[in-house]
Amino acid sequence: MSTLAVHDHGVESHDHDHEHHHDTFISKYIFSMDHKMIAKQFLITGITMAVIAMVLSILFRIQLAYPEKTFPLLETLLGHFAPGGRLAPEFYLSLVTIHGTIMVFFVLTAGLSGTFSNLLIPLQVGARDMASPFLNMLSYWFFFLASVIMLSSFMVQKGPASAGWTIYPPLSALPKAMPGSGEGMTLWLISMVLFVASSLMGGINYVSTVLNMRTKGMDLWKMPLTIWAFFLTAILGVLAFPVLVAGVVLLIFDRSFGTSFYLSEIVVQGQVMPYEGGSPILFQHLFWFLGHPEVYIVIMPALGISSEIISTNSRKPIFGYHAMVYSLIGISVLSFIVWGHHMFVTGMNPFLGGVFMITTLIIAVPSAVKTFNYLATLWRGNIRFTPAMLFAIGLVSFFISGGLTGLFLGNAALDINLHDTYFVVAHFHLVMGSAAIFGMLAGVYHWFPKMFGRLMDEKLGYLHFWLTFIGAYLVFFPMHFMGLDGVPRRYYAFTEFPSMARWLSVNVFITWAAILSALAQVAFLFNFIYSIFWGKKTTQNPWNSNTLEWTAPIEHIHGNWPGEIPTVYRWPYDYSKPGAAEDFIPQTVPHSQTMSSNLVHDFEDNEAGLAAFHEWVKANPPREEVK
Amino acid sequence: MAFKNIFKFKTLSTAVAAMLLFATTTVMAEAPAAAAATADDASTTMWTGVGYYVLLFVLLATIVGIVGKILRVYDLTAQIQGKKAINWNNIMGVLCIVFLLAGLYGSYWEFTEQGTMSLPAAASIHGVDLDNMFSVTFIITVIVFFLTQICLFWFLFKYRGSDKRKAYFYPHNNTIEKIWTVIPAIVLTVLVITGFFTWKKITNTTEVKGDINIDVTGHQFAWELRYPGKDGKLGTKDYKLTTGTNKVGVDFKDKNSLDDQIADTLVVPVHKSIRLNIIAQDVIHSVYMPHFRVQINAVPGLPTYFKFTPTLTTNEMRAKVEDPKFEYLLYCNKICGGGHYNMQKVVRVVSQAEYDGWVAAQKPYFNDALKKELKMADAKQPKALGQNRLALNN
Repeated sequence: MSTLAVHDHGVESHDHDHEHHHDTFISKYIFSMDHKMIAKQFLITGITMAVIAMVLSILFRIQLAYPEKTFPLLETLLGHFAPGGRLAPEFYLSLVTIHGTIMVFFVLTAGLSGTFSNLLIPLQVGARDMASPFLNMLSYWFFFLASVIMLSSFMVQKGPASAGWTIYPPLSALPKAMPGSGEGMTLWLISMVLFVASSLMGGINYVSTVLNMRTKGMDLWKMPLTIWAFFLTAILGVLAFPVLVAGVVLLIFDRSFGTSFYLSEIVVQGQVMPYEGGSPILFQHLFWFLGHPEVYIVIMPALGISSEIISTNSRKPIFGYHAMVYSLIGISVLSFIVWGHHMFVTGMNPFLGGVFMITTLIIAVPSAVKTFNYLATLWRGNIRFTPAMLFAIGLVSFFISGGLTGLFLGNAALDINLHDTYFVVAHFHLVMGSAAIFGMLAGVYHWFPKMFGRLMDEKLGYLHFWLTFIGAYLVFFPMHFMGLDGVPRRYYAFTEFPSMARWLSVNVFITWAAILSALAQVAFLFNFIYSIFWGKKTTQNPWNSNTLEWTAPIEHIHGNWPGEIPTVYRWPYDYSKPGAAEDFIPQTVPHSQTMSSNLVHDFEDNEAGLAAFHEWVKANPPREEVK
Repeated sequence: MAFKNIFKFKTLSTAVAAMLLFATTTVMAEAPAAAAATADDASTTMWTGVGYYVLLFVLLATIVGIVGKILRVYDLTAQIQGKKAINWNNIMGVLCIVFLLAGLYGSYWEFTEQGTMSLPAAASIHGVDLDNMFSVTFIITVIVFFLTQICLFWFLFKYRGSDKRKAYFYPHNNTIEKIWTVIPAIVLTVLVITGFFTWKKITNTTEVKGDINIDVTGHQFAWELRYPGKDGKLGTKDYKLTTGTNKVGVDFKDKNSLDDQIADTLVVPVHKSIRLNIIAQDVIHSVYMPHFRVQINAVPGLPTYFKFTPTLTTNEMRAKVEDPKFEYLLYCNKICGGGHYNMQKVVRVVSQAEYDGWVAAQKPYFNDALKKELKMADAKQPKALGQNRLALNN
């Protein structure tokens, strides 16, 4: 129905009869097929998962800061996972594992892409809904089921999976090797298979919607950078996630059906096992073939969101739109041939390591171009500090700080000494953790009016930003130096090594900074929930933005626009164009209405328009001469 | 109306403050009492402790709420009186500059204070190359870091929003874009080429001859060391032979294995090429010796090795870092289970003479218990052994 509506939207015959369409509670809020409602479902589930994963991180941060102290409260809350008020070493590893898994997959993949691709793709390309609304609904419910199963592993006697979020076998394959590799690991694997199914259904939907359902006039080079980012992200996901499923299914076979894909020559606790002929390194190849594109699946939507927000709030076109798109494409392509940089020290052929090093460092070029273009966009802007803008700027700052340390880790020689130390923890928490979460928060602040019809409180947003921004730097910056001192990650306590014990005071500091940032999120949660119900009502286009979603009515309706879908005439970044009356010209305004601000450049593939423009220029002498 | 609001919040905050005071006194009063009390009392103290922090947070949140309300009231009254409302763009712009200055000082402080806490210069030959590579990368990234962050926050302050100004329409400039694509590309080419050759130099070690082979086997949660003995050759292994006494599964049919030795400490002579032959038995571990810039995974079923030449003895390093208790360490750097955080071996670099003395005193791997076990196995399964020999002859 909606697909048809796009193709003949000149004809006024939409079947969106609101009188006949009665939503029940279940069809509107639960098994909804409306992309806007599904976006909200993804967002709220994502935020819930983020809060849970954040609490887990505070628990293990407390352990790292006070390794010798007991906290009776922990035993009350966690039972046998924290005997005597101290976390058990195995449970510490569970916390680390589940924190990583939830944050990477459930928050920054599903929560970020799921929310904003669903909300913005139809609204910004001018479609009535996703290509396949039913698949879209399934995508959310598979994700929800995956989340529930992942969390349910805390109810298992032996505890959740604890082999790290990368679940390298044989540790994850041998239930004897650690308690978390028992039922907890089984649940992890089931959850992940469902998650990938969800993400594939979403991805296919995003790709087909962008390719097939753009409104009249919306050619690829008129799409906002958000859409470009979501589109490329979805392609990455569709190509990479199936490989993870393959890896996971083989692991399930090894665990449950006695195969040895990943296992060979193993002696566990003195007992010789029958596995022969497999390779643990094979799993790492399969995992990182997804795993590395995955970090771009996480960061690219955030980059797209921040491009849009920075441009809107600097009241300036994004600098080098084409370069921004090409660098996104470059990053996407390169992301598939760099996975080996996670495996420099596995004993992989050194020559292969050298090749992966070259491809890895090349990725820094498009990333650098993006950074410089952000800076050039801010230069001579008229910057409006909305909370969304602040978070987008925070993203740029984290992207620089975290990206630069990638030059150390991508270098195979330097990686020898930095691999799996706190330097890595600092690197990826800045460049993909903090940066991506800031992109997500920026998106929430910016499109909150679109989602809920109300505005969030700006001052609480400012408080939230500064506390989180400063907090994140205080947490992750010192970790670089721990890494340079050879302090390994995933250590339960640093008490056994005199050389590491001297970092205890730094650990205490980091923990308190983490607690500060965690508490700052209360400001966000309060603001979010309060504003949904009692926030200030928004106007239709609160940020004076150019993109299509702000031409849709505040009140959500099926099919997004009453009557015809608007036609697009120009690119989305005509901010502060000289000669225009306002400092923004929405995409739906034809050039014929803005003669005084048109540039020759605007008519690159429109000869009739160019001729009309030249005539107009002849008739109206240039503005400077009038002055 | 506005004053009413303030009043309302004042009463609320007073109430909270009073509650807090009460809670504090309760906690304070109970704290000494609880020390001598039973477990029940301990749990009450725990909960009052929790309640204390919760109340503290509620108070903080209330203060934030009050400040927010005051700002709102100030804004509204200013609007009524026709004055300008608070200009948040200016405030945020200034905060950006404050953050920039604090951040610059903070990172300088971190570099000088914590930077000095990082590892001392490499104690191996290849480590020196690695350190040079590190310095090159460090200098480049630090320059870029400071330049871009300063630009970012300076622009935020300089171009903070104002109704009087209009932004400069500047959609693209191909020349500038080409420049800042090419410059990073050149810099990265330098990093890639130097990095590639450093990496090649470190990993391609076949020219160095006369290594001392040492066998390192990882298992949950310890390292087993095996020295080659007088013949300088390590005997072959077969994981199926692993038992309580034959911990790493040495195959004694190989004559080279008969003089192998076991050791508790990884003692190596200085200025000699050391080849660590590494494998794991159960899960993946990682041999990490940061002072020598050595790391390679220990993978079950996949033998790996790392060759390095130590250049500083333990005693020299002790003098250098001014710590008489300093020891080189080898520890696990790949998550391997509950005991991962304490899987270490002391590494001692000594002079050749000291090494010769030490190695002579090490126990043989093929000890009496093993001999006995092997004899018993022989007696038990003479047939099977015979078949094996036949297979070997073939």
